[in-house]
Amino acid sequence: MSVTFAIPAEAAVLRVGQEVHVLPEAPPMSVGKPHIRTPFYIRGKTGVVAVAVGSFRNPETLALGGDGLPTQPLYRVRFMQRDIWPDYSGRPDDSIDIEIYQHWLVSAA
Amino acid sequence: MAPHDGHDHDHAHGHGEQHGQPHPHRPIQEDLSYRTESAVRARALKELLIEKGIITADEVRRQIEIVDARGPHMGARVVARAWCDPEYKKRLLTTPNAACAELGIDLGETHLFVVENTATVHNMIVCTLCSCYPKTLLGIPPDWYKSFAYRSRAVREPRTVLAEFGTSLPDDVEVRVHDSTADLRYLVLPRRPEGTEGWSEERLAAIISRDSMIGATLVRPDA
Repeated sequence: MSVTFAIPAEAAVLRVGQEVHVLPEAPPMSVGKPHIRTPFYIRGKTGVVAVAVGSFRNPETLALGGDGLPTQPLYRVRFMQRDIWPDYSGRPDDSIDIEIYQHWLVSAA
Repeated sequence: MAPHDGHDHDHAHGHGEQHGQPHPHRPIQEDLSYRTESAVRARALKELLIEKGIITADEVRRQIEIVDARGPHMGARVVARAWCDPEYKKRLLTTPNAACAELGIDLGETHLFVVENTATVHNMIVCTLCSCYPKTLLGIPPDWYKSFAYRSRAVREPRTVLAEFGTSLPDDVEVRVHDSTADLRYLVLPRRPEGTEGWSEERLAAIISRDSMIGATLVRPDA
C-alpha cells in the first residue's frame, strides 16, 4: 500500500524494506534540554522501514523555540515484539510500528 | 470522613421526594481539578489575553464548543463509508485527509494515517510519550488512553490489555501496535462484523464505537 502525503520527503535516504538500527542514545545536542520523540524502549533495537512518511520539522529544536529546520525525514519502522521484549508472551509475529526521524536511524546493512 | 457519610438522618437540603429517607447516595464531592497548577496557569493566561484585547471571551467559548462538537461519530461516518464503498476505502487508506474532506470533515493540520484490521492483523493505537490522538476526527481521547498504565502496557503486553477490554482474537491473528510518537495521527479501520450485510451507512455508523477505532475492541452488530 502506498500512502500519499502533502509533505515531500526530499532528503530521505532510507528505503522501504531496509533494515535499520535505532541509535542507542541521544545524538549530541547543541541546544538546551532535548525534546526527544524516540521512545527509550526502542533505542538500540533493530527494525525494518515500513513507510517513508515525509519530512517534518525537527521536534527536538521546534519544542525549544527554534524553527525545527532543517526538516527531518520521518519513517514508520516495524519491530518484532520478541526483539524488543525477550520475555514477550504473545505470538512470535506480533509487531510494533513506531514513527522515527532519520537522524535516529542507521542502516543495518 | 465527610460530614454526611453513612448517616441515616433527616436533612433539609433538596432531594425532593427523598426527604426523611436514608441518604440515597454519597455526598457530592466538588471537582477540585480547577485548582491544579496547570489549570491555574491556563486560566491566568486566558485572562491576560482577554484583558489585553488579543482574544475575546466569546472566541474562547466558541473554540471550546467546536472542540466539544467533534467526536467518534465523525470517525464512524468515515468507517461506515469505507465499509460500503471499496473505492472510498482505497482513498481513505492512501489519501486519508482528502477522503475525510469528501465527507465534509476538515482535519486541519492533522496528518491522518489509517490502519486496516484484516483477518490476519489486528491494529491497536497508543502514544507512549504523551497522548497523541486524532482529535480533529475522534474528539477528546478517553481518560484510559492517557493513563500511564495503558501507555506502558499497550506496547509491553498488548494481548493482555486487549483481553481486559473484553477483546478476544482468533489464535492466527497478529497484533500490531502503533506507537504514535511523532507527526501522524492514527485511525483503526475496524472489520465489518458478520450479520450486517445490506445495512445502510447510518445503521452501520451507529455500531462503530470509539474504542474500536483505537483498536481496543472489535465492532459488534449488537452494540
